[in-house]
Amino acid sequence: MARASGAVQLAGGVHPPELKALTEAVQIRRMPFPDEIVLPLRQHAGKPAMVIVRKGNRVERGDKIAEADGFVSSPIHASASGTITDISLWPHPDGSYAEAVRIAVEPFSAQAARPRLVPDWRGLSPEQIIQAIQDAGVVGLGGAAFPTHVKLSPPKEKPIDTIVLNGCECEPYLTTDHRTMVEYPERVHLGLRIMMRCIGVTRAIVGIERNKPDAIAAITATVPGDLDVTVQPVTVKYPQGAEKMLIDTLLGRRVPSGKLPMDVGVIVQNVASVATIAEVFESGLPLIERIVTVTGRGVKNPANLIVPVGTKLRDLLNACGGVTEDAYEIVFGGPMMGTAQANLDVPLLKGTTGVVVLTEADCKSKDTHPCIRCGHCLDACPVFLNPQLLGRLAMVARYEEMEANHLMDCMLCGCCSFACPSNIPLSQLFALAKNALRTRQAA
Amino acid sequence: MSFAAVITSALILGGIGLTFGTLIALANRRLFVWEDPRIDGVSELLPGTNCGACGFAGCRAFAEGLIARRAQPAECTVMGSDDVADVADYMEVEAGEVTRRVARLLCAGGCDVAVQQADYLGLQTCAAAAAVASGGKGCTWGCTGLADCRDVCDLDAIYMNEYDLPVVIPDRCTACGDCVEACPVDLFVLMPLDHKLLVQCKSLLEGDEAEALCSVACNACERCVLDAAPGVIEMVNGLAVVDYSKNDLAAPEAIARCPTGAIVWCEGAQFQSKPGLVRSAVS
Repeated sequence: MARASGAVQLAGGVHPPELKALTEAVQIRRMPFPDEIVLPLRQHAGKPAMVIVRKGNRVERGDKIAEADGFVSSPIHASASGTITDISLWPHPDGSYAEAVRIAVEPFSAQAARPRLVPDWRGLSPEQIIQAIQDAGVVGLGGAAFPTHVKLSPPKEKPIDTIVLNGCECEPYLTTDHRTMVEYPERVHLGLRIMMRCIGVTRAIVGIERNKPDAIAAITATVPGDLDVTVQPVTVKYPQGAEKMLIDTLLGRRVPSGKLPMDVGVIVQNVASVATIAEVFESGLPLIERIVTVTGRGVKNPANLIVPVGTKLRDLLNACGGVTEDAYEIVFGGPMMGTAQANLDVPLLKGTTGVVVLTEADCKSKDTHPCIRCGHCLDACPVFLNPQLLGRLAMVARYEEMEANHLMDCMLCGCCSFACPSNIPLSQLFALAKNALRTRQAA
Repeated sequence: MSFAAVITSALILGGIGLTFGTLIALANRRLFVWEDPRIDGVSELLPGTNCGACGFAGCRAFAEGLIARRAQPAECTVMGSDDVADVADYMEVEAGEVTRRVARLLCAGGCDVAVQQADYLGLQTCAAAAAVASGGKGCTWGCTGLADCRDVCDLDAIYMNEYDLPVVIPDRCTACGDCVEACPVDLFVLMPLDHKLLVQCKSLLEGDEAEALCSVACNACERCVLDAAPGVIEMVNGLAVVDYSKNDLAAPEAIARCPTGAIVWCEGAQFQSKPGLVRSAVS
């Protein structure tokens, strides 16, 4: 059962400045088509897609250009009509170069309505709906880009009784989910209805942080009478939107270490991803565009934009009036967990929730000092690790000992780094240690 | 306390000590393991760096290997030829012959030639920088220049030059492989010194794209493939790759027409002349 409203809040966590005022009241608008679209084949969790087009081919908006490679993979579709100029290595937001399809977008062409590519869901069985969702290339839009059809097909031996919709959006700056809930609450509910039908679940809880009263009101007002949907306002605290934290807060269920939400009978999906499921079936077009928050004091006109997937960062920033003189750092995703970008040519992926342009004054000093054993990181850690000890082990590369101290439970939320008065880059150290351990285990 | 008590306790303690001492002496006799005294002798002659380049777990293990005839003295890459001769004399065996190997860096993209797209301000190690947009370097295959390899080298065989590239000193390098493991972008390889034809680039980009990021990148023009003896160099994924099984056929002619200086003929240490100079001399 859900606990009494607001009585419980997550242990640990921090209160970073929210800084959402820049865009939280800005209506979502559509960005004009850029001249070029770059679609990396690796933009979802799982195996990269397999390209099925050739250089010189002409594609229409919505055409499939890459096929899913296996079950945990997702197809990719052209987000604008045009000609494929090249299939080659291109800068990827993760900092590497990755195989990508480049499309020269046709100017002034009809990027317009097409006959429906995705079938109407009403006449379909749950299996057919899940197949349609996979064919439409739908992935989670909260950042990790986990293929939605995999989430909708939990194994038989793990019965699901509740769907949790994640509308926390606890990262500072970002307002993608917030605006989606305010402007498209019906889409959220339609997507939820489709999800419930696929999994055969009758109960859903929507968790929304209290700093979005208009979103809470919009979602509550539109709850369909025939669905058992509870809207639950939750405390404003980072990382409330981490799925394990949210399940604990809403349902009082602890997901054991190394397990998934489905092990406690829950599936968590982010509201923007759910709205996308509805949008795909409504418009009949696969997932080729998404809502992105472009924000921060370093961008001239912060905005919430509907952006074709594969738009280059440069074009996106230009659509927002460009960056200011004192722009200093560009981050994909939120400032707590996002990745810094070094190249303005990187494309936006399906999983890019926002682009934050920080000024120098926004950034933490780069000088680090010795640990003073203040324990702030221990208070901040939402999964009860000892970042101070782990940090000392990481500096001398004692990764096996870190694993024994539950490093693998760390979700790299960045609370410890945020809380550290000595500016020790704890979560960066942990990210490296986790990577090193993974490579060692693979070897 | 009476004098008798002092005597008694001394006797009891002395008795216990004597009993256990005898037991240990007996155990030592009974459980004795004979070890070749030459192992200690050889160990003393070995350098004691425990670098592992010989393939054994350390110098002591190498000494055991020597005694068991599983290794030859020359396989220790740390010792100079005199020391190797000493060990061989001590053991009255042949020193053996091993081609010397050293670590080579497959990147010449120092800060003077490679484009830096953004400043990296995070944790100042290569491993950390490589994970965040390659430390801002345009070429994500290239050296981040933060000296993880120098820091890990126990033999002080690596120094950072003025362009933030690690230079291996061949005389000191024992090819232990620590730098190979430390480099997050896998730029180090261990190579025999007689492999002189080196492609100092790992960028998979081709043509202008490659050169736009680094002026000494391999741009896959294939001139070296044509100039070298057939089969010595091959183009694989936009990168010239030397087939060292045909090393005998390799000759300095192969690098003559390289437009960027990505391929070099290297005798001794790397980066002793700037690649750009090679090109101007040819043209």
